[in-house]
Amino acid sequence: MTGKPHESSITGKLVAVEGLDGSGKSTQVYLLKRWLELDGYKVFFTEWNSSAIVRKATRKGKKRQLLTPTTFSLIHSTDFADRYERQILPLLNAGYIVLADRYIFTAFARDSVRGCDRGWIRKLYSFARKPDVTFYFDVPLKTALARILDGRTRVKYHEAGMDMGYSKDPHESFRIFQGKIYSEYRHLVHEYDFTKIDATEPPDIQQAKVREILETKIDLPRYRWQGPVYPQQNR
Amino acid sequence: MVLDQLKGQLIVVEGADGSGRSTQIDLLRNWLERRGYPTVNVGLRRSMLVSRELEQAMQGNILGTRTLSLFYATDFTDQLENRMIPALRSGFVVLADRYIYTLMARAIVRGVEPAWIRDVYSIALVPDAVFYLAVSPKILVERNLRKHAVLDYWESGMDMRRSSNMYASFIEYQRQIQKEFQAMQQHYGFETINGNRSPRAVQKELRANIEVILNGKSGLIEDRSNDSNSTQRIARSTTTLADRGEGYQSRVSGQPAARYRATHRFP
Repeated sequence: MTGKPHESSITGKLVAVEGLDGSGKSTQVYLLKRWLELDGYKVFFTEWNSSAIVRKATRKGKKRQLLTPTTFSLIHSTDFADRYERQILPLLNAGYIVLADRYIFTAFARDSVRGCDRGWIRKLYSFARKPDVTFYFDVPLKTALARILDGRTRVKYHEAGMDMGYSKDPHESFRIFQGKIYSEYRHLVHEYDFTKIDATEPPDIQQAKVREILETKIDLPRYRWQGPVYPQQNR
Repeated sequence: MVLDQLKGQLIVVEGADGSGRSTQIDLLRNWLERRGYPTVNVGLRRSMLVSRELEQAMQGNILGTRTLSLFYATDFTDQLENRMIPALRSGFVVLADRYIYTLMARAIVRGVEPAWIRDVYSIALVPDAVFYLAVSPKILVERNLRKHAVLDYWESGMDMRRSSNMYASFIEYQRQIQKEFQAMQQHYGFETINGNRSPRAVQKELRANIEVILNGKSGLIEDRSNDSNSTQRIARSTTTLADRGEGYQSRVSGQPAARYRATHRFP
């Protein structure tokens, strides 16, 4: 059930994107997905914190501020495990390219900042397969902050790290919290050998680079749909 | 926050459905409260955070084993941080109707790596005492059928699809769980109580054991290091909640810090 014994038989590829809020990673992974699906590849996209079953509990916990750093960490790992067991792993076994908008590294960064023990967090997620490629969208903290704080008037409570008590001002709290996450990411880049993308460049330039790198790392033709696709998709 | 500030006692009763667990806990509670000890009850799937969602997920039987394990860990930790620790700090006796051991045994018999689940629960407090009510599977069946006229789906391990015969599945599953408990006993050194006997006899033995704990409580837990098979229990006075991290300071106002490491370590 762990997936480990089958590791060698896994034919799919796992591609993760990581980066600060405001790094533009979601846009980039969306474009990557569009490219792959329009060109007829077996591709699946999964997002952090999106398991239907667990999300209800997460939402309640966040809304009513019931979460401590440890339960925050555990409930997100539950969400991840659900997506991992029911989708990510079976799809990898079925030979898909799985694109993950945030992966276990997001938990490593956020939960460490919240004060969870680093070793414990890594053990919690030790069942998860390491990605074949992890794109890290590297952007100066200032730029990321500006993209979020200029674009939206309100940042969510936990996004801003308001549970940490840094500041009563959500924007100030967000700045401090993101700064700490940023420094966690800088360690993770080396620890897990992320592929850095300069996220200050225009989006189309970034996307071209991402596609180019992916082509060198993955033998793409192996992941094409064979034969006619049923049901016919609108292209 | 230092763990030796937890003045109360954490007493765990483990055992299958039909082992007499709940009856024994009720009796213990009466006994303790009559003697003037305030108590708090905790158990599985009783957290404010996820109990209802967990219940729903169980009914649909839609979650994978690892997901369910983590969901239970969330439920446990919510109670640990918000009920057990505050109660212990106020000097209450916390009576736990099942604890991490059942959760670990269930996960392990379903194929989860023992090391992984132990790591997940390394954040749990080491109880002052753990009593495991061992009852033979055949007697468990009798008691369950007599009470409910039906065997519980999960307590019969039906999700594991070993047998379509519920009776056979129940017996087999309970045997496996008991095997896990025996294995865990080596590590954690808890007391196995023969639960095949009358409720009265079991209660008598439990009270005798707890009496010792209540009298001998001095902030230190009995050191079992002379028994080479069992884990040396950690003295609470040496274990801190907040200061164990590698230089990381949690700044969470009014909430326990996220580290209970060194509370449930393996050698």
